[in-house]
Amino acid sequence: MAGTDWNPWRRLLALPNTSRTKTIVVAFLVSAICAVLVSGATVLLRPIQTANRAAEEQAQIADLVQGIPGMSALLEQAGGTLSTVVIDLESGRAATDISTETLETALADQANWTALETGSDLAGIGYRPNYAQIFLLRDGDTVLLALLPVAGQGYGGRIDAIVAVHGDMNTIAGIAITQHSETPGLGARIKDRSWQDSFPGTLIRDASGQVRFNVARATSSTDYEVDGITGATRTGNGITNMMRFWLGPDGYGPLIDAIQRGEF
Amino acid sequence: MTSRTSFWTTLTDPLIRQNPVTLQILGICSALAVTTTLATAVTMSVSLTIVLTLAAGIISVIRRHIPDTIRLIVQIVIVASLVIVIDQILQAYFADISRALSVYVGLITTNCLVLGRTEAYARYHAPWPSMIDAFGNGLGYSFVLIVIGTIRELFGQGQLFGVQVLPLADEGGWFTPLGLMLLAPSAFFLLGGLVWVVRSVWSEQAEPPEHSPPLRPEPVE
Repeated sequence: MAGTDWNPWRRLLALPNTSRTKTIVVAFLVSAICAVLVSGATVLLRPIQTANRAAEEQAQIADLVQGIPGMSALLEQAGGTLSTVVIDLESGRAATDISTETLETALADQANWTALETGSDLAGIGYRPNYAQIFLLRDGDTVLLALLPVAGQGYGGRIDAIVAVHGDMNTIAGIAITQHSETPGLGARIKDRSWQDSFPGTLIRDASGQVRFNVARATSSTDYEVDGITGATRTGNGITNMMRFWLGPDGYGPLIDAIQRGEF
Repeated sequence: MTSRTSFWTTLTDPLIRQNPVTLQILGICSALAVTTTLATAVTMSVSLTIVLTLAAGIISVIRRHIPDTIRLIVQIVIVASLVIVIDQILQAYFADISRALSVYVGLITTNCLVLGRTEAYARYHAPWPSMIDAFGNGLGYSFVLIVIGTIRELFGQGQLFGVQVLPLADEGGWFTPLGLMLLAPSAFFLLGGLVWVVRSVWSEQAEPPEHSPPLRPEPVE
């Protein structure tokens, strides 16, 4: 091709590979195209992934209930489903103006969150929602089992879990970890059945009402302790703090009192 | 060069004769990590083969215009983007398997096999042969993963693809699972055994010893 070619694309391609302009333009183009590709895939597939995660959580709740001795029979008696209740954490009663369907929109509003002060923010979450959706298994008026979603700060990031508590609201019936980002092989063992098996039967509070639950350093030695995981001390501490916060007065405390008084 | 036989050799050479894992010992970290069950091994193989083939094709198309000074960065960016896309697709449509593979899909980016093929082959060849070469290497990698995955799942749990093949002793059968097969070291042993078998049959693959042993022991002072 004789003469000057005015097409900028061809002029760019004709530049020698050692040219600085070409280096920068190629680098920019490659990153831009890759960025579009990656963001496109993430945005397009997000709804499906969210649905998957929700389905997984449901499966875990079902699994958790099945794993508690005697519960599957009770569940069938109650019609095969747990009742879902949105509660007001402040008062410990069922929320009057918010239902399961409107919970998500309500929590998008910053006014429905409470900022936690440094001293009381054991779980390290910063803000606590004013409303939470819990699952109850009832026999007539008595609560047999309560499934309480909790969240806290682990070593690698946020940990989401569901704690099952027996009707006396002081004995743990089981735990399911729904989401975490702990180190594979160490902290990630909180997902293992073998570790979660030490939860059932553990007591939450002592006679004075103080939350005593604790993840031990090694093997549990008291009724309030579960076994620790070697090499994952900070994950264990995260779980301890998470449970102490959520089962304490700033978390589900009012609800627990209400159920124990038989007022729920 | 574009004859049918050369395509055929490009495709089949990496299966055994030039197998990237057993001959070049590339990409073994993931080969060890994901082979506890056959399903994860197959998913990993398919993902890696797709990433490798696409990356080789893309890099080969723009090979004349990748400035030498930033060629590794450009290659890694392309590979990494493909890996993220594949990972997202797995998370969306194969959630269970994606959970089993956890971080290892992301680690395809750093799999030496991918960068090795794009750097050594795709950078100098036209897109079509590059993709065939990459596909062949993906198959070679898959072959090793599937062999090791089959052995580990069969002897570790008595299952294949999650279906009980050998009746377990504690369920009234006769087979006692070998716990070792589920641990990482067993993959090393199996891979070592596989390399040994391959190099015994195709003896030209055996490397000359780096040191010759002394003819007789050193006299003790």
